[in-house]
Amino acid sequence: MTRPVRIVLFLVAAAGVALCYLGAVFGLPELGTPVHPYRDQAVAAAVARSTANVVSAVNYDQRALDTLGEETIVLGSVIGAAALLRPTGKERKGTVRDADETLPSVALLGYLLLPVTLLVGANLVLHGQLTPGGGFQGGVVLGTAIHLIYLTGRYQALDRVRPLAVFTAGEALGTTLFAAVGLVGVAAGAGFLANVLPTGAWGSLLSAGTVPLLNIAVGVEVASGVVVLLTKFLDQALRIAGAE
Amino acid sequence: MSLAIAVALVLVALAGTAVVATAAAEGQAVTLSVYGLTLTVLFFLLQAPDVALAQLTVGAAVVPLMVMLALRTISRHR
Repeated sequence: MTRPVRIVLFLVAAAGVALCYLGAVFGLPELGTPVHPYRDQAVAAAVARSTANVVSAVNYDQRALDTLGEETIVLGSVIGAAALLRPTGKERKGTVRDADETLPSVALLGYLLLPVTLLVGANLVLHGQLTPGGGFQGGVVLGTAIHLIYLTGRYQALDRVRPLAVFTAGEALGTTLFAAVGLVGVAAGAGFLANVLPTGAWGSLLSAGTVPLLNIAVGVEVASGVVVLLTKFLDQALRIAGAE
Repeated sequence: MSLAIAVALVLVALAGTAVVATAAAEGQAVTLSVYGLTLTVLFFLLQAPDVALAQLTVGAAVVPLMVMLALRTISRHR
């Protein structure tokens, strides 16, 4: 395909996308108006189950099945990426040495931020039913926090605090835990992923029934997934000797 | 408030254009990270702190890091 043909093809496609997009945008209710049918339904349902963070109520209670689907997508993506990034052919897995030199200020920042970031991640997961955040966001923070050790240049230390087998198991465990909480609802006769646990007092740590449990399940799964993914990427970049 | 949203939208557009206009792939990982930050600000201003957090962690940290690591591996194999 020659360049002019490609440009014409692009312009036609772009015009089509632009038309559909504009049609969709002008069909939306206006931003900031008081009429909001979804909010009225979702907020009422969240309040009925003492879930202070309405977004969590939607993600982990009202539409928990969607979240199970998304969690499975994360699991599938991590498995796929891990399979693609495994050493193949002439590649072999070597040992890793610590970095020869690291900027002291960067290393210091890595050491200082590591405990802070771990704490923030745990806080996000455990307060998902109360404040913005939750299992997914907290899980990503936890998974990346460990890799602050990478900034300090101590790759061997990073290997020691991040045994891959543990996090591979964590990935499976988190997904299983989510489904297991869903089956509790079935056992109680209320349906898969129904919020059957006592919902507690509004705004307290132990409130919102199954929402905190599902947040922890997603937190474990996403944190493990991020660790497995970044480990595979780091292995490719640092450890695997190519065919050269 | 709507002025802040307008400013954030312009910043998103500028940063998005900067990502496309960055020729070097290594540089693109950095502009992509900045673009992720501008989106985070926009989501926060639109009162979606949950989405802003997800965008901050995934879009401004994890994805650029993966891009950098992938580029490092590719350049070593050339």
